[in-house]
Amino acid sequence: MNQKNRLEQGGRLNRTKPIRFWYDNKGYEGYAGDTLASALLANGVNLIGRSFKYHRPRGIFSAGSEEPNALVQLEKGAYTEPNRRATEVELYEGLTACSQNCWPSVNFDIGAINSVLSRLFPAGFYYKTFMWPQSLWMTYEKFIRKAAGLGVSPMEPDPDSYDKTYAHCDVLVVGGGPAGIQATLAAGKVGARVMLVDEKNVFGGSLLSDNVEINGISTQEWIDQQLNELRKLENVTLLNRTTLTGYYDYNFLVANQRVNEHLGSNQSGNAPKERLWKIRAKQVVLATGAIERPLVFADNDRPGVMLANAIRTYIHRFGVLPGKEITILTNNDSAYYTALDATEAGAKVVIVDIRHNPGGELFEKAEQAGIKFITNSTITGIDYAKGKIRQVEIMQLDGDGQGVTGSKSQLPCDLVGVSGGWTPTVHLYSQAKGKLKFLDDKHCFVADTETPNKLNQNNPSFSVGACHANYGLRDCLIKGFDAGKSAAQAVGFETTEITSEISCNEPESAPIRPLWILPCDHPVGKGKKKHFHELHNDSTVADIELAAREGFESVEHVKRYTTTGMGTDQGKTSNLNALSVLSNLRNTSIPAVGTTTFRPPFTPLTLGSIVGQERRELFLQKRKTAMHPWHDRNGAVYEDVGDWKRPFYFPTHNESMHDAVQRECLAVRNSSGLLDASTLGKIDLQGRDVSKLLNLLYTNAWSKLAPGKCRYGLMLNEHGMVFDDGVTTCLKENHYHMTTTSGGAARVMSWVEEWLQTEWPDMEVYATSVTEQWAVASLNGPNSRKILEKLTDHPIDDESFPFMSMREMNIADIPARVFRISFTGELAFEINVPARYGLALWEAVIQAGKEFDITPYGTEAMHVLRAERGFIIVGQDTDGTVTPMDLGMDWIVSKKKGDFFGRRSFVRSDTARERRKRLVGILTEDPNIVLPEGAHLVEKLKDKPPMDMIGHITSSYMSPNVGRSIAMALVKDGFNRKGQSFHVPLIDGSSQKVTLTDPVFIDT
Amino acid sequence: MLIIECPWCGKRDQTEFSCHGEAHIARPLNTEELSEEEWGDYVFFRKNPKGLHYERWVHAHGCRRWFNVARNTLSDHIHGSYKPGETPPTIDTQEVSQ
Repeated sequence: MNQKNRLEQGGRLNRTKPIRFWYDNKGYEGYAGDTLASALLANGVNLIGRSFKYHRPRGIFSAGSEEPNALVQLEKGAYTEPNRRATEVELYEGLTACSQNCWPSVNFDIGAINSVLSRLFPAGFYYKTFMWPQSLWMTYEKFIRKAAGLGVSPMEPDPDSYDKTYAHCDVLVVGGGPAGIQATLAAGKVGARVMLVDEKNVFGGSLLSDNVEINGISTQEWIDQQLNELRKLENVTLLNRTTLTGYYDYNFLVANQRVNEHLGSNQSGNAPKERLWKIRAKQVVLATGAIERPLVFADNDRPGVMLANAIRTYIHRFGVLPGKEITILTNNDSAYYTALDATEAGAKVVIVDIRHNPGGELFEKAEQAGIKFITNSTITGIDYAKGKIRQVEIMQLDGDGQGVTGSKSQLPCDLVGVSGGWTPTVHLYSQAKGKLKFLDDKHCFVADTETPNKLNQNNPSFSVGACHANYGLRDCLIKGFDAGKSAAQAVGFETTEITSEISCNEPESAPIRPLWILPCDHPVGKGKKKHFHELHNDSTVADIELAAREGFESVEHVKRYTTTGMGTDQGKTSNLNALSVLSNLRNTSIPAVGTTTFRPPFTPLTLGSIVGQERRELFLQKRKTAMHPWHDRNGAVYEDVGDWKRPFYFPTHNESMHDAVQRECLAVRNSSGLLDASTLGKIDLQGRDVSKLLNLLYTNAWSKLAPGKCRYGLMLNEHGMVFDDGVTTCLKENHYHMTTTSGGAARVMSWVEEWLQTEWPDMEVYATSVTEQWAVASLNGPNSRKILEKLTDHPIDDESFPFMSMREMNIADIPARVFRISFTGELAFEINVPARYGLALWEAVIQAGKEFDITPYGTEAMHVLRAERGFIIVGQDTDGTVTPMDLGMDWIVSKKKGDFFGRRSFVRSDTARERRKRLVGILTEDPNIVLPEGAHLVEKLKDKPPMDMIGHITSSYMSPNVGRSIAMALVKDGFNRKGQSFHVPLIDGSSQKVTLTDPVFIDT
Repeated sequence: MLIIECPWCGKRDQTEFSCHGEAHIARPLNTEELSEEEWGDYVFFRKNPKGLHYERWVHAHGCRRWFNVARNTLSDHIHGSYKPGETPPTIDTQEVSQ
């Protein structure tokens, strides 16, 4: 295969394992160990995509997670993933990727017209242009979304599986470079539980891009040695391919592990594609390294412009030399390493150093290697054509570096390496509310770990190595070890014994020239050439100047106005340069400009990883009653009530829902029906003070409820509004059985407990949730007694078992509590049995009822039947703004018993006011019309909304027993308007005439 | 995510708890005698301080007991938790206000 930029040797690759992959429908070959980016570069491909706004061609800019340009659409169909960084995607057999944001192709892209028209697309363009008229936004939006944006999201369900796991450790080390490895070793050796996470497939960090010697051995040997030692320690967990994405309060951290993506989408097997780690660490050592800072010069976004250190990474880690003739543009010494290594790898290198008189050890080395220097100069233009850089234009800088002088010279090259020094990766520390401080000598922000920080005291952490601006290797190794020691010590481990011997040769670096925005032959931002400080979102220096000119001077405003740092790379390579521009404009220092806040995730997380296994069947738990198997066997259609699966209706012979519900409703009133009422909330209350508590919880009086008697009650909150209802029964002295709505069970339980524990701890009441301990079959209808008589010897005539009472008896030989209460208005028995007998009870009642055509009915028939009698459903006919008086239920509010929750609120001016919305019945003029619930009532009908509304429909059904449609509504001053007619306008433009009535449609 | 100390179970993850708002609001004994303002204060008005806040929490997915927490709403630092009826921990208010 023709990997024309692949070096003969070098790189952490398995050259015996060639890998075939497809990019933009063309086949290529790389090696195991490659990333997509390194493999593409090896094959001489460097035009990867089109930019976000101007559709300018873009190439690979970096070799890591900071990549702003090389975003690709990975894989196809259900496996496809947009916006993947080619620099992070590991190569696997058959990998398929394509470029994004270009049409019809990356080489010829129609959207590039935006680049020609760029003067029409200044910062804030969308805000300004498409704001008005608002009604047209919908029209614009479609085109804007198509023109902008990045990749395409998959349209099919994700076939991969994902997982989550939790971990606790003494010391979490983030970053597996020299400092991180040393920290892990120090803390691990003394016995601390240590986790080391690193985003790359291999540990080593910056050492992977290096070729120095540590303790007399090569970097790779040193890494292997350390890892071997770490692997021997059982208390150390090493997680590669794991990105620490979020650092939250109290040392809670989230990391995403790419478990087997590198094997390819079809190889996943049983292992998850990704695993989300939720880690609680006692101490955190941040050794996240640094990201090279670009220089901002004319047309610096051309494919072939690359971070200098990335070139070095491609040489050492991947055995790829991305260019043959390399121009290095730098303001510091670190790019000299790249120049030296590229020269050794066979490239012709010229260094354009913006410093006047670079010197020192490294400079001398470079000169000895025959590298040509052009000093006090900058690149003022790039000759780019047909996807390649042909030459760059060089000019001399003037005195303060704000302009250029002299004549242009041309320098042929095919690759430009840029280096503006380093930016410590402080994202995580900042996420954790840690304060940053600006180092004037090093021109960067680092974690301010020395000053006690009020906002950060729950996140004890160490910041070490390049992420703390300690760029020297020896420094990283020693300080990393010390940080690991200190972290273990802080957790409580004895660390005096251990030491680490380090020797490595490092040349001294000469000082940086603090200049990042480089001039060209026309004023920056005024001519044809563009100075991009932010590649990802196509933001230029001119955009920041415009923002500042228009008064958006605060860094937070500039960020939003220019979208700097708002791309999926979160401005890893652009933030500090944006601050430089802004500080120049405002004539102040960078720390005075301030920074924006870094927020999680450090790199984008997939939704799959966040969701984990909680999807499809496992998305939400399903609660099923004991009778559920019977419902399943008999074709029940279910309704979700809270987490419960309740039978909605039981269709027979392909019945429609309407037909089934009508049949069920008639059966209950004409003979008998059976409802699974197991989901009702049930609370067992015991103790001396239960009746005292009930008097506070309910509006009516409970002191005199005798054993065996039941009572219905309304529960109010302190606002005086109804929030639950149910029947509570005195089982015996000081022992009660409370029922609540199905959906309100937990709420009521919590309400009861909170009062007992916090307000009246001296009250003797024990509340126990028994919802799931009892299965309930509610037998309703005129024949229900006849059916029950077949199943028990206990007398159940009206006299021995009157309405609103409870008897314990055996039903079908099952010990049961039977309640004579009714939610249909018919003769009814609610049979409670221990849940394990629920199914047996249900089957026995069905069997016994056969001769009476007993009909199982679901929640919809239950709703219709109760509405026929004007019984309310809390949460349907009430909405948290409804008092018992609004419901016409004054009868249940005790005037004599003293205080109860919400009582004082009855006399609040708003609660006591006339003309509140009251619950009334509604009859449509046309008896066949069933109004939609939620429809509004109006006095005066107009052609179109808005109309003055006086209330809304809360319940609405076709009632077979009444023989017409019925509805309930909350209507302003409803009680005084009964008999009056109003209109209900509907969404299709039609309207119905309705009359207000009493909400009781069947009175027995 | 916070770590909260349940006075009965010890330090646990925030996900085990839920917050029920401001603590130390006693239910008035003489509700009938209260003015509209006094009752309104009790029902509707809660403190929303930047800084030290005494809150009521419940160990909902644990022992289901209620207790109080002194938390700094700005830094999320928890100064301590204590059982209902216990005296709140003494807190250096100068430290909090910084």
